[in-house]
Amino acid sequence: MKSSQVTIENVSKNFGDFFALKNTSLTISKGGFYSLLGPSGCGKTTLLRIIGGFEMPTEGAVYFDGVNVLPLPPNKRHVNTIFQNYALFPHLTVFENVAFALRLKKIGEKEIKISVQENLELVRMETESKKYPRQLSGGQKQRIAIARALINQPQVLLLDEPLSALDAKLRQHMLLELDAIHDKVGITFIYVTHDQAEALSVSDQVCVLNKGEIQQIGTPSEIYESPANEFVARFIGETNYIRGKITAITDAEHAVFESPDYGNFTIYLDKPVQEGSEVAVTVRPEKIRIAPEKPEKLPPDVNVLSGVVEDMIYTGFQTKYFVRVSQNKEPLVVFRQHVQYFMDEKPITWKDKVSIWWNTKDSFMVEVNR
Amino acid sequence: MRRNYGPIYVAPITFWLCAFLSVPLLITLSYSFMEKGLYGGVELHFSLAAYKSLLNTAVLKVLLNTIIIAVASTTIIVILALPTAYYIARSSKKNILLMLIIIPFWTNFLIRIYAWIAILGSNGLLNSFLLSTGLIDSHIQFLYNRYAIILVIIYTTIPFAIFPLYSTIEKFDFSLIEAAMDLGASKKRALWEVMIPNIRTGIITAVLFTFIPIFGNFAVPQLVGGTSSWMLGNLIVRELNITRNWPLASSISVVLTSVTMIGVLFFMRSQSKKEL
Ligand SMILES: Nc1ncnc2c1ncn2[C@@H]1O[C@H](COP(=O)(O)OP(=O)(O)OP(=O)(O)O)[C@@H](O)[C@H]1O
Ligand SMILES: [Mg+2]
Repeated sequence: MKSSQVTIENVSKNFGDFFALKNTSLTISKGGFYSLLGPSGCGKTTLLRIIGGFEMPTEGAVYFDGVNVLPLPPNKRHVNTIFQNYALFPHLTVFENVAFALRLKKIGEKEIKISVQENLELVRMETESKKYPRQLSGGQKQRIAIARALINQPQVLLLDEPLSALDAKLRQHMLLELDAIHDKVGITFIYVTHDQAEALSVSDQVCVLNKGEIQQIGTPSEIYESPANEFVARFIGETNYIRGKITAITDAEHAVFESPDYGNFTIYLDKPVQEGSEVAVTVRPEKIRIAPEKPEKLPPDVNVLSGVVEDMIYTGFQTKYFVRVSQNKEPLVVFRQHVQYFMDEKPITWKDKVSIWWNTKDSFMVEVNR
Repeated sequence: MRRNYGPIYVAPITFWLCAFLSVPLLITLSYSFMEKGLYGGVELHFSLAAYKSLLNTAVLKVLLNTIIIAVASTTIIVILALPTAYYIARSSKKNILLMLIIIPFWTNFLIRIYAWIAILGSNGLLNSFLLSTGLIDSHIQFLYNRYAIILVIIYTTIPFAIFPLYSTIEKFDFSLIEAAMDLGASKKRALWEVMIPNIRTGIITAVLFTFIPIFGNFAVPQLVGGTSSWMLGNLIVRELNITRNWPLASSISVVLTSVTMIGVLFFMRSQSKKEL
């Protein structure tokens, strides 16, 4: 199928004196799987509705392949939407729901049958065509919504939290299915979600929004590994967020970092800084290792701290430790994977003294104030 | 074991319906098959005389007139009430608008009809207005014809259509309209293809709530209609009070009730079939 590039240029949207979107610009490449990620109320649906034509931006423009589509009503744009609540027509059967777009175009009965059949097969629902939406499960409704949206052969498919109504298992499954459908039809997917795991697992590009403003645009690993600011660092996954100052630059790649909370350690210079800069770094909990004693042999370039386990949460495949490094300060969070839980020499528990360490390259500078 | 109190709960309403609906209906039905008494009332003899005199062209003309008025007014009412209810349901001032619909009910039904006489009468407001603008140069009689009846019936009955329509439109999920537009429908097409089928119960209720009272109406034709535009209700009143032919009045009532019931059943069947 044909797909389009979507360009959002300086789009703002106000509801009265409330800013739902502030000067948003982004480019979504042809055939990509692009996610809009952000907490509830950050303006994701608003942006999607502007692309779909259901909302007029207060300022800015939207281009499909270089053509401004703002003057076009929704029914004239080559976009189809999967709504947050699916919006299946309750008075029509599954077949008629999927056929709806074709019936509007006065296409022959034979072609409609073939096309609907094809699309139902795509979402593996060909056996349910005579049912009504109320007789379908959540996952089935979602598939019908996909089939209905794809039958028009849109160049862009907008998906507004399509999986939010499903349970965790089914969500995983449907996500993989969506990804497979994306690969098969090859059109641009714009996927809205507030679930970071969903966004990271299937997208080519992720745009993180907060309070109507773009926080960061990047590949899933860029977003996760080198968050652009504190919001992104804290919103995507869990992290240890440490503020401090650069006291000395040791070489081209390393500097000494002094944290009033956790003491001195070495950080890797992933951004240019000067001595004396105030910076904040993040270290992901799974990057930190934990042991009852400091190992005798440690690789070079590691930071070692010692502390006391203040709390622990066992979640089966891993345990989350809260390690208090200094008094009156937030404990650091450390994940320990249980590759061989019962063979661990000495399980670490509450109140144990522990050593924690991480490679200097596993911390990332987030904010730099000179 | 828990006792089933269901029959006790419905006992009062069962008694009420038996005493004041079923029994009178049965009395009416049996009267229609009896001979008329000399000064009203009935003689306890079986007779089909009442039904025979129904086949008189004058009665059939009234029946036809009743059907025309009821069907025309119901149709116009639904056509007018739909956009009104839609507008109210979509408005941010719902409560005020609903209030405006209710307020006329605070005035007595007859007074509201007399108000129309004051407006439409040959010395009424409309005539004086048209005369003063020079559009006409002699009084026109707008009253005492079928159109006046339809107009006043629409006025008095339309709220009974607006309320059920409003309550279903209010519950209608308007994201379905966006979904239809997303799939290529124009706004009009989306409303027609998606909203109308989904508010069908409201439309059925509106039709029943208007058609039934209109079909049995006698006050409106009595006051603003002429003898040529009588409805069945007027005939019943005449046979009961003036001519004192109770069997005939009863048989007309039986016809009126049957036509209403058959019409309603037919309508409901045709609508519920679409659901399957
Ligand atoms: N029609 C409207 N009138 C006024 N405010 C609105 C309107 N639509 C959205 N908003 C506001 O704009 C903000 C963004 O809304 P939006 O629906 O885009 O959020 P979202 O990111 O999709 O959230 P969620 O994840 O909960 O769906 C919210 O604060 C919301 O209250
Ligand atoms: Mg939303």
